[in-house]
Amino acid sequence: MTLLMPVMMTAQTFKIKGSDTVLPLSQAEAESYMKKNQGSAITVTGGGSGVGLSAIISGTTDIAQASRKMKMDEKVKMQEAGKAFKEVIIAYDALAVVVNQANPVSQLTREQLEGIFTGKITNWKEVGGEDMKIVTYSRETSSGTYEFFKEHVLNKKNFATTALLMPATGAIIQSVSQTKGAIGYVGLAYLESKVKALKVSYDGGKNYILPSVENAMNKSYPITRPLYYYYLIASEKSVLPFVNYILSAEGQKIVQDQGYVPLKK
Amino acid sequence: MKKFLEKITRGILFTSSMVTSLTVLLVVFFLFREGIGIFNRNAVEEHHVIAVNPENPVRELTSQQIMNIFNQDITSWKEVGGTDTPILLASVDDVANQYTEEQLGAEFEHLPELIEQYILENPGIIIYFTDNYIKEGFRGKLVPLHKIGFAEFIFGKEWFPTAQPAGRYGVWPLIMGTLWVSIGAILLALPIGLITAIYMSEVAKPRIRNLFKPIIELLSGIPSVVYGFFGLVVVVPLIQKAFQLDVGETALAGSIILAVMALPTIITIAEDALRTTPRALKEASLALGASHWQTIVRVVIPYAKSGIIAAVILGIGRAVGETMAVLMVTGNASVVPHTLLEPVRTIPATIAAELGEAPFGGTHFKALFALGIILFIITFGFNLAVEAVKSRKK
Repeated sequence: MTLLMPVMMTAQTFKIKGSDTVLPLSQAEAESYMKKNQGSAITVTGGGSGVGLSAIISGTTDIAQASRKMKMDEKVKMQEAGKAFKEVIIAYDALAVVVNQANPVSQLTREQLEGIFTGKITNWKEVGGEDMKIVTYSRETSSGTYEFFKEHVLNKKNFATTALLMPATGAIIQSVSQTKGAIGYVGLAYLESKVKALKVSYDGGKNYILPSVENAMNKSYPITRPLYYYYLIASEKSVLPFVNYILSAEGQKIVQDQGYVPLKK
Repeated sequence: MKKFLEKITRGILFTSSMVTSLTVLLVVFFLFREGIGIFNRNAVEEHHVIAVNPENPVRELTSQQIMNIFNQDITSWKEVGGTDTPILLASVDDVANQYTEEQLGAEFEHLPELIEQYILENPGIIIYFTDNYIKEGFRGKLVPLHKIGFAEFIFGKEWFPTAQPAGRYGVWPLIMGTLWVSIGAILLALPIGLITAIYMSEVAKPRIRNLFKPIIELLSGIPSVVYGFFGLVVVVPLIQKAFQLDVGETALAGSIILAVMALPTIITIAEDALRTTPRALKEASLALGASHWQTIVRVVIPYAKSGIIAAVILGIGRAVGETMAVLMVTGNASVVPHTLLEPVRTIPATIAAELGEAPFGGTHFKALFALGIILFIITFGFNLAVEAVKSRKK
């Protein structure tokens, strides 16, 4: 016990909680960091961005990982709790819209995507494809990816009730690959050759951009979101080395290995 | 000394059964306490309000209208009984973005005033925010919200629990989805299960039976997520091709997977029931000149009838509450199905998929517990049916 004490004293021990989108990344980073810094113990848990942010307000976590920016309400609550915090963007994440390999459609505008996912457009021939019913696949409503897609692609409108809600990204890939009229969305990291990624235009059809790490990094691909870490300035001393590690070249390499978009090459 | 030990043993037995019963009762009580709470809520989250400009003549908005407004399907106040003013959707973040940090104040202390000011400046506004921004003498107009009614909850056809600002809590598609999948599973599992049970207990040679029995029992040991993935990769494309459908994730796919999962229970219990037929009865039938088949149909099956029915009900009862496998193959679209060849969303799948992210104690959370009550009533009904069948035997 006495032998262990000095190690425990110098080691950093802290918790990370929040978004399930960021979870695999935080885990990979923490593992690699703990290997380099013997004795430090980082606990990473998921639960969703909202869960992480309310945990940092109540003081039950040291870092909140989030796939969205802190809302005004949450900032006010932080203020009321008398806590000053810092926000860091650690990586980016891009969503790819995918269709069946046999589908001749290869590009869509944001407006067309909105029409398709809200149920206003129901046949592929309305967007320049074959005469075939559109089958929309979405993630479950509890997923952060669902929220992100709703906010950034559907202009905050609700999905059509007829959208099929799948429990996992893998299930969306599987279903889209075996359903001819299917359309769905997945994180860039999950993109496979079993399905076809669509080019997307956010300027009414002038420029169609293919989802890729390069296009996400140079900001030309529009369905991209930053991933955040929030930490209290009071606990900066213990968490900052880890945050800096993620932002370092080595940490950013892990970002890319995990299928996310690094801040810069 | 012996008496003392006996007393202790009795005490331990009593306590353990007492604790078990109490736990069950507590779980049921908890389920009902949380679930019934849904009828005390309105569709907007607790401590949240919807405000409009004080000049706006609109009196009350239903959750349907609120959703249509925020979906931008309704764009003028005229459509909901107001004046011909375009609707301006706003959130607290929109308001905060209008002003500089200085105006908001270092501790955001000016935010409530700015929200009020923003509401007064925009005649067409509708804004959704938490009630802690409402200061005394608030001059905006709060939209009155009505509570979720029983009929609205059970017979409502729209399930949009996470719609902002007002969720839609209609569970009719989920109830119908659960029933369609379960009834489909019964219709599939019943004949196959019975035929297999009869074959194994009466027809099969011991060697074949000893080979089949462990294989069938192995089925019940497979984790349900494996069944689900098997269903998604094999059954779903098969159904899609066989029926020329646009989409293979259907109630039928769920029924097939559930039927396969219920089969081991049905076969094992039904076979045991069939084997309880006294040898004397069978031999008497054969001695009277009946053939083997006549004996099975006229003597063995009628004797084991109640056991067979219990087997079917237990097998299906297990399947009704099954979550993961169904979640993978039924597509989970919350529409009211009219045939087995449409996507459905079942109650267990809904609870499993949504409970993790529903804010603790919120309206959505309560609604999921209310769904739990409905599921409880369905499975309780199945158990009552088993009891009724069993007691008839006596």
